[in-house]
Parts: sequence; C-alpha cells; structure tokens
Amino acid sequence: MIEIQNLTRIYGTTAVVKDVSLTVETGQIAALVGTSGSGKTTLLRMINRLVEPSAGRVLIDGKDTAEIEPHLLRRQIGYAIQGHGLFPHRTVAQNISTVPRLLGWTQDQHRARVDELLELFQMEPADFRDRMPHELSGGQQQRVGVARALAARPDLLLMDEPFGALDPVIRAKAQQDLRDIQRQLGTTLIIVTHDMEEAVTLGDRIAVMDKGELLQYGPPSEILTTPATSFVSDLIGTGDRPFRLLSLTPVAEIIAEGQAEGAEIPREASLRDALAECLWSGRDRLPVEGGGIVTLDSLRAQAAPTARAAE
Amino acid sequence: MTGRVLMAVALLFLLAFLASPESFAPLFEPFTRNNAPAIYTQTGLMSLTLSHLGLVLLAVIASTLIAVTLAILVTRPAGREFLPLARTVTSVGQTFPPVAVLALAVPVMGFGAGPTLVALFLYGLLPVFENALAGLTGQSPQVQEAARGMGLTPRQRLWQVELPLALPVILTGVRLTAVISLGTATIGSTVAAKTLGEVIIAGLLSSNTAFVLQGGMVVGIIAVLIYEGFQRLEQFAAARIGQG
Ligand SMILES: Nc1ncnc2c1ncn2[C@@H]1O[C@H](COP(=O)(O)OP(=O)(O)OP(=O)(O)O)[C@@H](O)[C@H]1O
Ligand SMILES: [Mg+2]
Repeated sequence: MIEIQNLTRIYGTTAVVKDVSLTVETGQIAALVGTSGSGKTTLLRMINRLVEPSAGRVLIDGKDTAEIEPHLLRRQIGYAIQGHGLFPHRTVAQNISTVPRLLGWTQDQHRARVDELLELFQMEPADFRDRMPHELSGGQQQRVGVARALAARPDLLLMDEPFGALDPVIRAKAQQDLRDIQRQLGTTLIIVTHDMEEAVTLGDRIAVMDKGELLQYGPPSEILTTPATSFVSDLIGTGDRPFRLLSLTPVAEIIAEGQAEGAEIPREASLRDALAECLWSGRDRLPVEGGGIVTLDSLRAQAAPTARAAE
Repeated sequence: MTGRVLMAVALLFLLAFLASPESFAPLFEPFTRNNAPAIYTQTGLMSLTLSHLGLVLLAVIASTLIAVTLAILVTRPAGREFLPLARTVTSVGQTFPPVAVLALAVPVMGFGAGPTLVALFLYGLLPVFENALAGLTGQSPQVQEAARGMGLTPRQRLWQVELPLALPVILTGVRLTAVISLGTATIGSTVAAKTLGEVIIAGLLSSNTAFVLQGGMVVGIIAVLIYEGFQRLEQFAAARIGQG
C-alpha cells in the first residue's frame, strides 16, 4: 500500500503539486491523468525521491520513504520514465538487467529474466538481446524501457506515459500484458497517462490532476458518472462517456437467459465490444460463449449513468 | 579505404626511414650545400623519435588524467562553484607560451626532459578539459533521469553512464592535445630534452635544410598517423553509443 500525504512541491513561488493526498491499495492500479504541466510527473518523481517534496510525505507499506536511502529506495521501485531513457551504450539485455545487477542477482538469474521479459513483450530474445538501443524502433525502445522497470519484480511500479509511442494494436497488447503481470504479481502500479481510454481500461482508481491539484480520485465508473468538476467532465469528453462506461464491465456480468443467433461473444469481452458487435452485425441479442445471451436493451441500460447509480 | 592505404604507406615509409636513414640520403642530398651530410647522424633518428614519443606520451597521459579529473570534479554538485576557476587555470596553461614555461622551469628543474614535460602538460590541459566538460554536461537528461531512477549511486552513474557516454568527446580532446604536444615537444631540444627538435635545430644552426626537412617530416608523419588513429577510435566509441 502506498499512502501519499499532503504532498507539495514548490518551484520558486509556484506550487506545481499542491497538497495532494491519495492512497493506492496493494495490488491496485492508479491512473494519473491531467493536462500537460499539471504536475503528474512531479508527483510521480516525489514517490521515488527524484524530487524531494517541499511538504508532505509518502509511506510505502507504512514506512516513510524519507527514511530510506534514495538509491536503495529506487531499486525497490520500478520506474519507466517519460520517453524511454535507455542507456545508449548498453545492449538491450544490459539495459533490462540494470536493477537486477545492482541488487546482486546471479548472471543466470538476470539472463533468464531478460529473455522472459523480451518474450513477454513480443521481442524475440535471440534477435533483440544483443542489440543497441539505437537499433530499435521507437515502440521497441519503449517496451524495453518498460521491461527494464519490471525486471527486478518490484512491488511498486511507477510508469510515466509508458505506451505513448506504441501503435494501437501493440499498445492494447502491452496494456493487457501489463495488467496480467500486475495481477499475477500483485504489483501496485501508478501510471501517468494522457489517454483517458488507457486510464479507464487500466485503472482501478483514476486520479485527475489540474494545475497541481488533485481534483478527483475514485474508481473509473465514479469519475465517468459523477465528475467532480467541469474540468473533469471536459477531460473525460462527453461524447465518449457511454462507451467508456460500457468498456468497464465484462459481458459475463449481465448475461440473461435465452437463445440467440450468430457468432458467440467471449464472456470476458466488454459491454462495449458487445455493443459494437450488435451494431455491426445488426443483431439485438448476442449468444455468449458457455451459454446465455446479452441483449441490446440491457447494454443500453448499462450505458446510462442512472443504471450505475441505482446499483 | 584509400585513406587506410595512404596511412599504411605513410607508416611503412616512416618505419623504413627510421630503420635505415642512410638509404634515404639521395632524397635529401638536393637540400644540402657544400657537401654537408644529408642525414643527421649525431644521435640515431630512431632513438630521438622514441624519446620524443615517450615525452609526448607521458605529457598527454598526465594532462588527460588531470584535465578529466578536474572536469569530473567541477561537474559534481559539490564542485560546481570551482568551474570558473578551473576554466581560468586551464586557459592560462594554454595561453602561456611553452617557451616561457621552459625558461621559468629550467632554473628550478635544471636542463633535460623535466621542463619540457611541464610545458607540454600545461599546454595540453585545455583541449581535454573543455571537451571533457562538454561531454559530461551535454548528456541526455532522460538518460540521467533513468540512471538516478534505477537507483545507481552517484559514483556508479559517473563510471557506468556519464564517462562512457562522454568518451568520444573526451577522445577528441586527447587527439588535439596529442597533436599539439607532438609539434610543441620539438622546442624541448633547446633545454637539452632528447626530441626530434634536435635535428631541426642542428639544421637551423648549420644552415642545413636537409636536417630541418627530415626532422619536420618525421614529426609531421607521426602527427598525421596519430590524428587518423584517434579519429578511428572516436568513430568506434561514438558508433558504440549510437552516434556513429
Ligand atoms: N525542475 C523544475 N523547475 C521548475 N519548474 C518545474 C521543474 N520541473 C517541473 N516544473 C514545472 O512544474 C509543472 C509540472 O510539471 P510536470 O512535469 O510534473 O507536468 P506533467 O503533468 O508531467 O506534464 P506532461 O503531461 O507534459 O508530462 C510544469 O509547469 C513545469 O514547468
Ligand atoms: Mg510528465
């Protein structure tokens, strides 16, 4: 669990982070969204003490980070920086194994870890292991940057727009993989993103920041249905709101009895996928894998905020 | 490719000349007058060349070590305030004429290699220092951020990230210093250091252009070879970090 308490950072006379408090439970993902310059990166960097807070404190599992040597603290926290920041004079494998080597892993251990991570990110180890960073595409560099952050299996992971340079297909895959790894290992993750879509798909909680202040912190459905300020609703974008809401729930949760024609939809597909499939194939009910159906009516009901409020 | 062939030819020519200067006498005879000797034989050219190179090597190693150390110190948070001072010291070292250094050093150190080493050392500080400074300060902020963020200590960052990344630029500085020192070392002969300057000075004193030419030629060829060699090294170092 990570507790951020009244964190403030002042540069000159302006507070770029103002009295921010939030708690992320162990194993949860918090997505940090906000416009450019709202203080997201600064907030993140105060957690691993790359920036010292002007006021306030950060507790990790109850322990005040101010009491831990900065370099030792940072080895415990995975950090994927904005832009990949790979070491240009080190191979992909050396880059990824940076923290494991600092922590004194054996060569066999970190080699195995490098291959495991490369495979996870769809990069053939034999091909990529010994390349230099400048021999990679932007997207590949970014994935290596994320792999490097994950290498020592940290309990806490900080990521600053890690998927910015990825194309939509690989991005979706990388998000899915990150989510899987995070669930598997119970990692606590704080991820900064410009992309509301990403925040909604990944985040267990979303934190919205503006001009250094934390405007709202809550589960995605709450942010979508009851935005705290007009800034938050602007950020969500009213046009996409119903679809984002639908994307939060898997089909499995609203299965009804019945029969339907046509191709089946997987249980773990989101309601948004189901709606898209209904519209695209012109059906008003879809069969679900393993039995049952979803109806267009039930999807419509789920897309309105009132349905959530009544729950 | 032609460059490489040319360098190989130059190197072979130089080695052949040093191994057996007498065989090249016909080449220099046109530059002598009154049947003066065409080749300098007072001291062996090979031994002069080796001691010349030895002096330069020592001086360059010393300037490089000191200049890089200085550049490291003034780029650390604790040493930042000494940056202007270090700049002044190295600039003065460069502007103060080596001849004047010799004149000042001889009374203290006596004749021989000592004063020449001091003059070369001072003269060679600036190029290495300025380049090391540029190399250490001009690094990608993202790479620095990553190095800190991964939990490297300041010392680990210096040795594992900053210095390797600054290496190509530092090498450029060392190259400049080496080439400058190679030429400047010739004046050491005026205070009895064994360098190729001896041949040139002998030529000047006896109005024997052939001596001046052969002394100058050996220094010149070595300078070109060192210049080229260093450039190769720099290219290699730069290519390794993706700047090739
Ligand atoms: N070292 C610094 N000195 C002075 N001001 C700074 C410093 N670092 C950041 N700032 C300012 O603090 C504000 C917040 O910066 P920060 O990098 O946290 O924004 P961000 O939300 O991450 O933006 P982006 O989405 O563009 O990455 C900006 O206005 C920035 O100019
Ligand atoms: Mg940022």
